[in-house]
Amino acid sequence: MSLRTFKGGVHPYDGKELTKEKPVKEYLPQGELVFPLSQHIGAPAVACVNVGDTVLRGQKIADAGGFVSAPIFSSVSGTVKAIEPRRVATGDMVNSIIIESDGKFIETGFEHCDDFTKLSNEEILKKIQDAGVVGMGGAGFPTHVKLSPKNPDQIEYIIANCAECEPYLTSDYRSMVEEPDKLILGLKIILKLFPKAKGLIAIEDNKSDVITSLQRLTQSESRIEVVPLLTKYPQGGERQIIKACTDREINSKMLPADAGCIVDNVATINAIYTAVIEGKPVIDRIFTVTGDAVMEPRNYRICIGTSCKEIIEAAEGFVREPAKIISGGPMMGFAVMDTDFPTTKTTSAILCMSEDEVSKYETTACINCGRCVEACPENLIPSRLSKFSDHDDKEQFEKWYGLECIECGSCSYACPARKPLAQSIKTMKKHILADKRKK
Amino acid sequence: MSNLLKVSSSPHIRAKDDSSIIMLYVIIALMPTTLFGIINFGIRALLLVAVCIATCVLSEFLFEKAVGKKNTIGDLSAAVTGLLLALNLPHTLPVWQAVLGSVFAIVVVKMLFGGLGQNFMNPALGGRVFLLISFAGTMTHFEYDGVAGPTPLASIGGGNVNTLDMLIGRTAGTIGETSTICILIGAIILILLGVIDLVIPGVYILTFSLFVILFGGHGFDTAFLVAHLCGGGLMLGAFFMATDYVTSPITPLGKVIFGICLGILTGIFRFFGNSAEGVSYAIIFCNLLVPLIEKITVPRAFGISREVKSNE
Repeated sequence: MSLRTFKGGVHPYDGKELTKEKPVKEYLPQGELVFPLSQHIGAPAVACVNVGDTVLRGQKIADAGGFVSAPIFSSVSGTVKAIEPRRVATGDMVNSIIIESDGKFIETGFEHCDDFTKLSNEEILKKIQDAGVVGMGGAGFPTHVKLSPKNPDQIEYIIANCAECEPYLTSDYRSMVEEPDKLILGLKIILKLFPKAKGLIAIEDNKSDVITSLQRLTQSESRIEVVPLLTKYPQGGERQIIKACTDREINSKMLPADAGCIVDNVATINAIYTAVIEGKPVIDRIFTVTGDAVMEPRNYRICIGTSCKEIIEAAEGFVREPAKIISGGPMMGFAVMDTDFPTTKTTSAILCMSEDEVSKYETTACINCGRCVEACPENLIPSRLSKFSDHDDKEQFEKWYGLECIECGSCSYACPARKPLAQSIKTMKKHILADKRKK
Repeated sequence: MSNLLKVSSSPHIRAKDDSSIIMLYVIIALMPTTLFGIINFGIRALLLVAVCIATCVLSEFLFEKAVGKKNTIGDLSAAVTGLLLALNLPHTLPVWQAVLGSVFAIVVVKMLFGGLGQNFMNPALGGRVFLLISFAGTMTHFEYDGVAGPTPLASIGGGNVNTLDMLIGRTAGTIGETSTICILIGAIILILLGVIDLVIPGVYILTFSLFVILFGGHGFDTAFLVAHLCGGGLMLGAFFMATDYVTSPITPLGKVIFGICLGILTGIFRFFGNSAEGVSYAIIFCNLLVPLIEKITVPRAFGISREVKSNE
């Protein structure tokens, strides 16, 4: 059987064996939790509690700042200690609500829904919006906005992005092994919103066990199909997974809805399930602690807002001196200065590596070998784009489609001259987009 | 905040291959034809190979020392240039001329333009053409088994060429160009190791074959065609020099156009030019076209349809 995929891409060492066999463990935080008010795309949330207030687990602490925004909820019971800027994984200072946990985890009480088919579409969307569900794979786009396209009738495919192509990450995999029902039911909830759409569960073939189990579990579902995909990075990229599943192509100016698709990843669909069925807002998620520097790499169910440092300590700390720590995976994650930053709705992993490959290698001259061209899933010429960026030639950069870059990092990974191609392209993109906004 | 960790932009991992490994693969792939050349032409061939490699590496080292640039001989590209140049020389060439050609290839063609990756012309071929122009006599003097004689390519017109000898390489010619079989073994190594793909050599050879059939004056004559394909530097040039990364287009369509230009020019030079050989001139001429070819062959990005492009 020839597996579906896209053109380009790379095959990095996937490191998933470190954590994929270990069951998810619950971790309950102690002390202080930090809730940045901006952990989604769109307007920052607005705090609706004051310093000194006592809050319960599941209580709303910040309202959405607009339609394209999402509310934030406390994941512990305790007292609001401060509302002040704190450093987040990207290195930025973001205004945050700081809550001191009382260690009791008293919940507000959630309203369970036994039969979602009795809810109207508006009610479902409202539940998702009120629960603060955003794209939990990293983008953080508010899910209720994604699920409200201009022409709902033209949506033909709901793609459950189960590729998890980023190396080392296994949180989506574990959740598909341990709670596949949530994924299937979550997908059925979305399908109810789009009566003409078909649900596709797209999984890379390195997870053949879940492909088999999900195929069995969805046997009687006429509207759901499991689509095995070739294991290749960045198979889980939105444009790449749409191409693989439907053979349709979208560019940077289009939305998946323009190709009749809506794409949500596993964690997001699980959050939709939790919001609609359990009536529970986004207060926890599955999080991978991994890398060769960690004593006990594994997945944890964490309370959002827990400090990464604390989660690493829960994993028995370091077995080796870490040289580099990354929030997220090695291809698109952020290198962090230290581990004392809060987990948010969109942080999926912390990767601690005892060796930094990037500083180990020296950059040499580009020999025009074209490996970046072969690797680029967007059909770009990264070596040229990087040169235009070095020369600050914005016109040529745009002419060679530089703005179409999805920043997957495949070019830098493949480059035998070890040039930071993706970095210079990303920088140029940022400058050009900033210029465009000014105009 | 005392022990801050290293930060850098993503991605944080890199593939294993670096540039010097690619160069090493090229050297390995050139070994069959090099060894055959030494067996075929004797100790003098080995001497020229050693002299060219040593001179190229030393020139790069001294040049970088002189201008205060970082030493880059470790990337092995100078060694590749030396080896390729030697394979393009007749084994009877005086050593001092080989030294001069090597210095020209590295210093003038490569280093003066900025070193690896910046040269606009294949250094080994630049060196060869420099020698061809300067020392036409010694550069076109070929001996086989101690007897001076024309290369098979030069005698195709007479009709007395042995195709089997040409495939194996038991003919007069430059050190590395005679054995089609050994060159193809090297080409297969390069393709299997992922160093080159078949686009440039394939299109080049197909275009040239078409040219031979249309304008060669022999119509569809298999023996004549095979003789032209196996004769001269076509095979060595197509697989090892036209595919030089630095001096060939990076765009997929550009590679096709490059191959077509090479095939046509080689044909013109061979059939309508003064000398029997045309590959070297065709390749360095097409090297000069690369920037233009790339400019007109920018590939459409993923998801950009033809209509969108024309609207912009």
